Amino acid sequence: MGIAFKNRVTAPQLPSRPAYGDNQIGTNLPPRAGSLNGVIVPEQPGKSAIEVRGVRKVFGTGENQVAALDTVSVSIRENEFFTLLGPSGCGKTTLLRLIAGFDFPSAGEILLHGQDIAPLPPFKRPVNTVFQSYALFPHMTVAQNIGFGLEMLGTPKAEIEARVAQMLKLVKMEALKARRTSQISGGQQQRVALARALAPQPKVLLLDEPLSALDYKLRKEMQIELKRLQHETGITFIFVTHDQEEALTMSDRIAVMSAGKILQVGSPRDIYDRPAERFVADFIGETNFLAGTVVSKKSGVATVKFASDATIGAGYPEGFDPTGEVTLVVRPEHADLVPDPAKGTITGTLSNIVYFGTDTHYHVKLDGGGENFIVRHQNTRSSPVTYETGAKVGIQFEEDAARVLKD
Amino acid sequence: MAEPRTIDIKDQPGFRSIAIICLLVLYVPVLILMIFSLNSGSLVTHWEGVTLGWYGSALRNAEFHNAARNTLIISVTATIVSTICATLAAIGMTRVKPWRGLSAAFMVINLPLMVPEIITAVATLSFFALIAGMFGLNFGIGNLILAHTVFCIPFAYMPIRARLEDMDLTLEYAAADLYATPWNAFRRITLPLLVPGIMSGAALAFIVSFDDFTITQLVAGPGQTTLPLYIWNQIRRPMTPEINAISTILLLVSILFVSVSFLIARQRAK
Repeated sequence: MGIAFKNRVTAPQLPSRPAYGDNQIGTNLPPRAGSLNGVIVPEQPGKSAIEVRGVRKVFGTGENQVAALDTVSVSIRENEFFTLLGPSGCGKTTLLRLIAGFDFPSAGEILLHGQDIAPLPPFKRPVNTVFQSYALFPHMTVAQNIGFGLEMLGTPKAEIEARVAQMLKLVKMEALKARRTSQISGGQQQRVALARALAPQPKVLLLDEPLSALDYKLRKEMQIELKRLQHETGITFIFVTHDQEEALTMSDRIAVMSAGKILQVGSPRDIYDRPAERFVADFIGETNFLAGTVVSKKSGVATVKFASDATIGAGYPEGFDPTGEVTLVVRPEHADLVPDPAKGTITGTLSNIVYFGTDTHYHVKLDGGGENFIVRHQNTRSSPVTYETGAKVGIQFEEDAARVLKD
Repeated sequence: MAEPRTIDIKDQPGFRSIAIICLLVLYVPVLILMIFSLNSGSLVTHWEGVTLGWYGSALRNAEFHNAARNTLIISVTATIVSTICATLAAIGMTRVKPWRGLSAAFMVINLPLMVPEIITAVATLSFFALIAGMFGLNFGIGNLILAHTVFCIPFAYMPIRARLEDMDLTLEYAAADLYATPWNAFRRITLPLLVPGIMSGAALAFIVSFDDFTITQLVAGPGQTTLPLYIWNQIRRPMTPEINAISTILLLVSILFVSVSFLIARQRAK
């Protein structure tokens, strides 16, 4: 039942099962990972779909050389929604283009299910891309666009038609299949681009900031839609974005990139709660940085002393040995204000109160100096204490609120 | 003044009168030529009455037939060959890694547009005289086809290259991403999207070849009279409105050809 991939590097090894459309649409069965491929891929948490090993990409020659990717290694698991997150120019799109085959690495290898695909041209890689600009073929209809990949693979006509119909249903575009791509809206073009890339059942789907051209409401809708598609198809998604909120809400794991390097890889929770470096902490969400000195450490927790002599226990990244002067990171919602300065771990003066509706931000000028410390309070119907600007306050930390940063 | 004001050309002082003068200078002579093709007298300067007789005699004229056939053979062949060459050249200069001599090649292709035509004509004549003298080679009407093909290439090249440069490269990446080999990507994506450019290139080449006089006059051998040469020969004799009728036919053919290619290009561009 599964459609053979002529160009697949490795043929699917597992016995075929009925394809998604045959046995699950209209039933209450939970969607199964990999079921759209006609193959049930068992849970293999350690198995990697894409493995990037020591990849460098240098543009230009001689003195004008710029390393867009500086020896990057990362392993992306099967059936994972993996996000490359970073500001523009960090190398995330370069990495995506190397995986797609539009560029070739200057050094290193890219493994797809254990086989090096770095030297293969794009049309020999079982990897499909959703482009930022969608890149739909303007001289073809919606259905012709979606069927293009299968046609190029030499799939029989009847099978192409069946698959195109299935894809149109998957992205809810059946009604517009005969339209030219110039006659449909941006959101609809986005869906067609997705269907076109999914139709040949790639092993990995690459998405290059596909939502950036959509307005806010549509973007929110498509985030949920993408998550659903990934879940239903069981295909590994590699998603590139500079939008931290998008990354946090959609990803299974995130790689934060900056200046051609991957700084940290982890689940959204890991990245948000336990950032390893200052850049990661700063790029994602709002953050407070505090200076302190390590006085002792035991089983992954360092005791850090502030200028005020107060101490706090703080975790630190694995494989890192914090000593001396360090920087701590505390999320604004992981700290709490107390009216009595004597009860706070650190103390300061309220300099500003900003009301946001769902919550309130308190800006505290710390007694030891430095940047303002921000505390975020969720607003409830009856807030127990009201604060006035200029009041002396203490700040308490929740357990595990503080983390030692690598730099 | 909420809206930024853009300049309306129609409000510019003198625009209307200059435009009218330009249009008159350009088209009144052509119009007079066409009107006199209907003159029942036998002079092109003295109007006597309306007749279609000159069209009749033109269409029955064997010399005219011969010249028209020569012109069509030369123009159509030169258009097809030069458009193919121009398309290949444009692809080879936009869809490949930059190569040494790329800008030199661009210059060489476009140089004929800047060289005075009479110089190209003399050079072409000397070239054919040389190969005839040294190797005894004479391709007959093939000489003219060859010469026309060569000077049509830059005219066909320009619009094709412009279209290729405007095209979104991501589309070709997308095709490759969807398992299209370079040849398939070209055949299914690049070429269909390039058709409007090729059409306007071909139309331009056809018009340039169709009414070429200078080069043809020098290169043409006996019996290789094309329409422009035929008209030239006629006006050296006492002129009759038959010449006007022939010119009008040529004009209508050109207009028809350009309109069709324009319409096809617009259809494809949608």
